[in-house]
Amino acid sequence: MNISITINGKAYDHDIEPRISLAQFLRENLDLTGTHIGCDTSGCGACTITLDGKAVKSCTLLAVQADGCEITTIEGMANGAQMHPIQEAFREHHGLQCGFCTPGMVMTAADILQSNPKPSEEDIRHGLEGNFCRCTGYHNIVKSIQHAAEKINT
Amino acid sequence: MIPAKFDYIKVSSIGEAVTLLDKHGFDSKILSGGHSLIPAMKLRLSRPELLIDISGISGMDGISEEGDKIVVGANCTHQKIASSKLVKEHLNILAQTAGCIGDVQVRNRGTLGGSLAHADPASDYPATVLACDAQIIAEGKNGSRTIAATDFFQSIFTTALADDEIITSVRFPKVANGNYQKFFQSASRFAVVGVAVVKEGDAVKVGITGVSDTPYRASAVESAYDGGSSAAAKAVHGVEVMSDHFADAEYRSHLAKVYVKRALEA
Repeated sequence: MNISITINGKAYDHDIEPRISLAQFLRENLDLTGTHIGCDTSGCGACTITLDGKAVKSCTLLAVQADGCEITTIEGMANGAQMHPIQEAFREHHGLQCGFCTPGMVMTAADILQSNPKPSEEDIRHGLEGNFCRCTGYHNIVKSIQHAAEKINT
Repeated sequence: MIPAKFDYIKVSSIGEAVTLLDKHGFDSKILSGGHSLIPAMKLRLSRPELLIDISGISGMDGISEEGDKIVVGANCTHQKIASSKLVKEHLNILAQTAGCIGDVQVRNRGTLGGSLAHADPASDYPATVLACDAQIIAEGKNGSRTIAATDFFQSIFTTALADDEIITSVRFPKVANGNYQKFFQSASRFAVVGVAVVKEGDAVKVGITGVSDTPYRASAVESAYDGGSSAAAKAVHGVEVMSDHFADAEYRSHLAKVYVKRALEA
């Protein structure tokens, strides 16, 4: 099937089998390997991207379902060498250890901060329910998102 | 993991979807948010030959007020329901239920109609749909019909929907005094036990999910209700309680009583 998707501001036209997930399409057809696949059944959140501005798990979305949509992946967050404030906050506050969950955490954080620019710690923890960090580094992830909110709001 | 091969058709009308369902029967599946179906297909628990994507049908994702009813389109996402002003004002129990499903990413994709049609025994909506006495509106080749919530859930993953029928909307009465209480599976956030309570004057309606393979109205609790919470002791009266690796039948029965008590006292 032919699909047209805008990813990180760039338009793509591809012929793709309906059974290919969006996560697989991003990684294997477009070489956008920042989106990670963990559990592959929508549990862990490593594959989180934003679809028309909302955080979704790209392993549980067929690429054909994203036809006509606008997608942002972790590769689309930085502006050239200038990191996104969320990325900067993760670096400054040690918001990652092994880094596997980090792209999903950053993309979910973008959704949290978009719908709630001044989240409480509880709001952030609640918002991260769909993202697992197996290094259990949640404390600094939450701290990073709190600092990202401050950066964005100032 | 990659699902078995299938064809994919994105339809633009309910009629088109019904025609395809009628033609392909058991070999086809309706796709809306896909958050139960796609993982099942990846695990090869489900192998439909045709997916009929109904997400593009216009007019199926609205929320409206019709007299003393709130009508919620089947394609509404959990997120849309949880954040709807109309739902929060007149049917807060439903906003509360939708807001505790899965996580934000799941709520951004999963839909009311999809969840009800899938009839997972650990899903949240059935408790609330039952306690509210909601009506499920379905359309098939013989037209549209209304199914009472109490007739809808028949068994595990089994509903009253015929092979050619699609849920188009759900009609809820406005509820002034209701709440949903849930004991989460800690990883998936499905309901180990979910209890919805709707109070009307001296009467109470209690819907329970997660406890049995079919969600149910706790009629023993309803008839024993005296304005307090002692009726919670009858939460699993006459019910065959499930056992799984999250909770055995004894623990689940205990949880059901605790959560009915909480919902009655809320």
